[in-house]
Amino acid sequence: MSMRGQPIVEHHGIASGTEMSTWATLKRGFVLSPELKKGIWVTVALAVLSTLGRVLVPFVVQRITDEGLLADGGPDLGSVAMYIGVALGGVVVTAFSAYFVNIRLFQASENGLATLRTKAFRHIHDLAMLTQNTERRGSLVSRVTSDVDTISTFVQFGGLMLLINVAQITLATVLMVVYSPLLGLVVWVCFVPLFVIIRKFQGIVGRAYTRVRERVGDMLGAVSEAVVGAQAIRAYGVEERTAQRIDAAVEAHRKAAIGAQARSVIAFTSGQLVSGMTTAVVLVVGTVLAARGSLTLGELLAFLFLVNLFTQPVQQATEILNEMQNAVAGWRRVIGIIDTEADVADPGDRGVTLPRGPITVQFNGVGFAYPGGDPVLHDIDLTIAPRSRVAIVGETGSGKSTLAKLLTRLMDPTTGTVQLDGVDLDSIRFSTLRSRVVLVPQEGFLFDGTLLDNVRFGRPEATEDDVRLTLTELGLDPWVATLPLGLATDVGQRGESLSAGERQLVALARAYLADPDLLVLDEATSAVDPSTEVRLQRALDSLTRGRTSIAIAHRLSTAQAADEVIVVDAGRIVERGHHTDLVRLGGVYAGLHDSWVAQQTTV
Amino acid sequence: MSTATPSTLREGWSVIGRGIRGQPRWFGLAVVGSVVYGIMTSLTAAAIGFVVDRAVTPAIAARSVTAGQLWFIGGVMSAVVLTTILGVIGRRLAGGVAMFNLGAMYRRQVTRQYLRLPLSWHHKHPSGQLLSNANADVEATWNIFGPLPMALGVVVMLVFGVLQMLIVDPWLAVVGLTVFPMLFVANIAFQRAMSPRVTRAQQLRADVSEVAHESFEAALIVKSLGREDHEAERFRAVTHELRDANIEVGRTRGRFDPAIEAIPTIGTLAVLFVGTLRVRSGLLSPAEVVQIAYLFSILAFPVRALGWVLAELPRAVVGWKRISAVLDAEGSMAYGPRRLPTGTASHLQAESLSYAYEIETEQGDADLNPAVVDVSLDIAPGSTVALVGPTGSGKSTLTNLMMRLVDPDTGAVLVDGIDLRQVRQGGVSEVAALVAQQTFMFDDSVRGNITLGLDHDDDAVWRSLDVAQGAGFVGDLRDGLDTHVGERGASLSGGQRQRIALARAVIREPQLLILDDATSAVDPSVEQAILSRLREASTGTTVLVVAYRMATILLADEVVYLEEGRVIDHGSHEQLLSRCVGYERLVTAYARESAERDAIAADEEVSR
Repeated sequence: MSMRGQPIVEHHGIASGTEMSTWATLKRGFVLSPELKKGIWVTVALAVLSTLGRVLVPFVVQRITDEGLLADGGPDLGSVAMYIGVALGGVVVTAFSAYFVNIRLFQASENGLATLRTKAFRHIHDLAMLTQNTERRGSLVSRVTSDVDTISTFVQFGGLMLLINVAQITLATVLMVVYSPLLGLVVWVCFVPLFVIIRKFQGIVGRAYTRVRERVGDMLGAVSEAVVGAQAIRAYGVEERTAQRIDAAVEAHRKAAIGAQARSVIAFTSGQLVSGMTTAVVLVVGTVLAARGSLTLGELLAFLFLVNLFTQPVQQATEILNEMQNAVAGWRRVIGIIDTEADVADPGDRGVTLPRGPITVQFNGVGFAYPGGDPVLHDIDLTIAPRSRVAIVGETGSGKSTLAKLLTRLMDPTTGTVQLDGVDLDSIRFSTLRSRVVLVPQEGFLFDGTLLDNVRFGRPEATEDDVRLTLTELGLDPWVATLPLGLATDVGQRGESLSAGERQLVALARAYLADPDLLVLDEATSAVDPSTEVRLQRALDSLTRGRTSIAIAHRLSTAQAADEVIVVDAGRIVERGHHTDLVRLGGVYAGLHDSWVAQQTTV
Repeated sequence: MSTATPSTLREGWSVIGRGIRGQPRWFGLAVVGSVVYGIMTSLTAAAIGFVVDRAVTPAIAARSVTAGQLWFIGGVMSAVVLTTILGVIGRRLAGGVAMFNLGAMYRRQVTRQYLRLPLSWHHKHPSGQLLSNANADVEATWNIFGPLPMALGVVVMLVFGVLQMLIVDPWLAVVGLTVFPMLFVANIAFQRAMSPRVTRAQQLRADVSEVAHESFEAALIVKSLGREDHEAERFRAVTHELRDANIEVGRTRGRFDPAIEAIPTIGTLAVLFVGTLRVRSGLLSPAEVVQIAYLFSILAFPVRALGWVLAELPRAVVGWKRISAVLDAEGSMAYGPRRLPTGTASHLQAESLSYAYEIETEQGDADLNPAVVDVSLDIAPGSTVALVGPTGSGKSTLTNLMMRLVDPDTGAVLVDGIDLRQVRQGGVSEVAALVAQQTFMFDDSVRGNITLGLDHDDDAVWRSLDVAQGAGFVGDLRDGLDTHVGERGASLSGGQRQRIALARAVIREPQLLILDDATSAVDPSVEQAILSRLREASTGTTVLVVAYRMATILLADEVVYLEEGRVIDHGSHEQLLSRCVGYERLVTAYARESAERDAIAADEEVSR
């Protein structure tokens, strides 16, 4: 990949959706996880029922006190027993409806979040390669893991509790007004400032949680260096420096977490403060009223129960609103990725399905520039005939890798079009494009599993015999024989149990087994020893007859074997033709060839 | 998978104990806050009773209220509220600080361990797992410190509650004394039922993360082979397993939660019933019954904090087990006290080195796969030696042994006669530098990646880049040396990363330079330039270079040819060429190929 003018990517490149309002986030979240809404009204009805039960109990307690305990002429055991019976009924109703509410909520939320996770995961793979590269891999992972997890607590309890709390606050208000309109007013007057404060705190707490989530990403990035870079760190003795970098990230996370905690504590305790002070004010005002004879002591005490009924849901709601900010911060990040446009997109059903067979490649006036950078390819016109074997050569940074990425549609050209068999690349369905055109990059990633599974990654239905045949055809049997368990050898995570050259052999076999009509090799054998490479080259020569193959290479042995060599320099095609002719021409290729030959000569 | 056996409880307490010892002050402050909160909450009912008794009732009886009485009511209530809130702030804030401090503390310890443990340990542990040890597992372990102070406060609150009941009436206290143990038993049962389910969910959460991690790292391959559907299916399967496990957690919670919530309410009703009987017998006043009933309703909610702690316990224990596996890992390299001599090129010797990787057979047994077998080398100071061999012949393993990134199973590596195992920590990298086959870039600037924190000025950095043929492209970068290379150098090409890695080695002016196929991703002409500049720049340096290309090999004074981990031959290039068949076939592969192609081309031309 050329760097000329390519802007260096920034972290947190993909929108976290910070500009999205809480309400818009919630709305979009529900659209993306339709399961959350499924049967929600039954759940709400059950929740209201369980709330009624909860409200009934203190109400009954108050009645017992008033009509049973404090009855004229001593306690009335009969009415106490009757009310206790009613209250027990309430308890049973509450317990049962709460049970069903819990289960329904867990089912709805877990189903909804599983859908959200899989949607986001799939969409990340659908994003253009350049978009994927703007974000750390760890950060992408957090979008389908911990970000979703922060949502779950809120959807499982918070969301519904908030509704119930509002219902309970309303009910308590009605009851308070029935008991004493004046004291009801007093309670509300006390709470108005709290509602104002809560609104203000929402933003503050929300931003604090967003910071925490970002610091988590940084911290994971720093820790992963100690793990993935273990060899480099030891080779250069930079353990101490790495430790300091990790410490800084850990410390930044700790500070952010404590900062968020402090803000949410302040928000929460302000609710508690107002609740407590309201009780005090009610007692004071109530005493005045009672002294004037407009309220009995029993009514005043009963009213205190009601105040409790009112303040508890308010306090809980403040807590839930804090939690909601945490959830919304996570939700925004997941939505941010789902709503990022996949700009190198599969045309899907509207697209063209190409029949199988050798492919003609055409570049028509193709230019390419990385976002915000200078052009790295200029006005490329090129036709590659079917069944031909083409080598693209050029100096590092000449744009030859960019050509490969354009023709496999990992990126779309800035100007001009790329065509396969006369069809614009961007109107070919991915299902045919990816099965017919395969790129083997320089660093072929291997999955943690056996050699067998890795080779058949591109064609999972292939049998073990198919895999053996492929390796034999590529002349890799002697190599497989040196592996401790042959095909069953575990390649380790990222294939790290193998050497870099061996990983390239696996990647090549994997692509070959996928049986494409156009094979694009981007420095695919750069770490393989010469005699293996030559053997491989010969095998590929005979095997790729009948299909089109394009190899990008700096080892010119590949170019020599090709039907045609295309020489790229500074983003333009400067020479093309057969190896022998180009050497004779005495131009750029001849220069490259001279230095290659110089490297191979014995004297 | 752990269940809530008594041992989980015991292990849980030991984790908690460790945490308390780690953050005694903040934790102590949180507990004090919590106790204040507990006492004040249980006193709220008494305070209301107190002001009703002292001020409200007299005012009502007198049918008039004095300002003093109102100040008294307001004052007492405000004092209670404010003290309670101070308690809450102390509990939550100090508790949070304790929790996050513990998290940071153990993250540092765990990552120090990652840096300390040898490379062989890293080879055995998937990086996804190590990342989750440092993140999710640390979090799971210390999360319990969130509800813990509250729970301790609740215990105090309960003791206070029971005391109050005892003072008021022994019979009501008996009700309380039956309800609270019931709550405790219910919570224990809850924790036992939850424990295996929560543990399973936690494991699946790690699995989901592992699949996502691997899949996103493989994004390019997934794309170019069109395997998005296949990957999405793999992720969907594990996500659905997690979903089902979480629903199972919810089901259990659904069963226990309502019951645990109902117990205090039933207690309140029992108090009222028993209380009514006691009032009828004239042994109790109605006000006292109301006070205890109120106490129950206030205590009902906080008591659940005990349940939260018990529910967190299995997670904490599982998390701690995973962390301590890292913290207790043995096999760190032992270092000696010696320094390597500086100032002159190193004399590098290997004495019958052998090294084997541990592998797992299909039956799951451990087995050894020899990578280097009985290798002896003697590399004179200032000389350049090429290490040649087919793919997978043990060259990289040998370079790792030379840098003491791993220790040999048998034999020794000596630099200037000193066994590397006797050298002090960091001593090897003071004199030697390795440019590995696969370069690693830090998420830092180009400058940071070259100096790695050493004190070099920009001139030195540019000079080393010049030797590595990297000055040109770095100069073209928007921010030059300050350009951030991104995670693992994602914004650079393979050839650019290699040149920065070379500059990183060159700037240190090492006495021993080991290049492991370090120019595989650059063009022949660039490689040629790098090698000739290196030769000029490294007069006082011993160079060991893993190479395939003739030009590189020709720079060497001596060639060592390796096959399947053994030294097959060594000597000058000409000697090996004439007497070592494997070597001859390997290094002349391109030339032979080229000659054959030329011959064919010539034939074609003749026949044309």
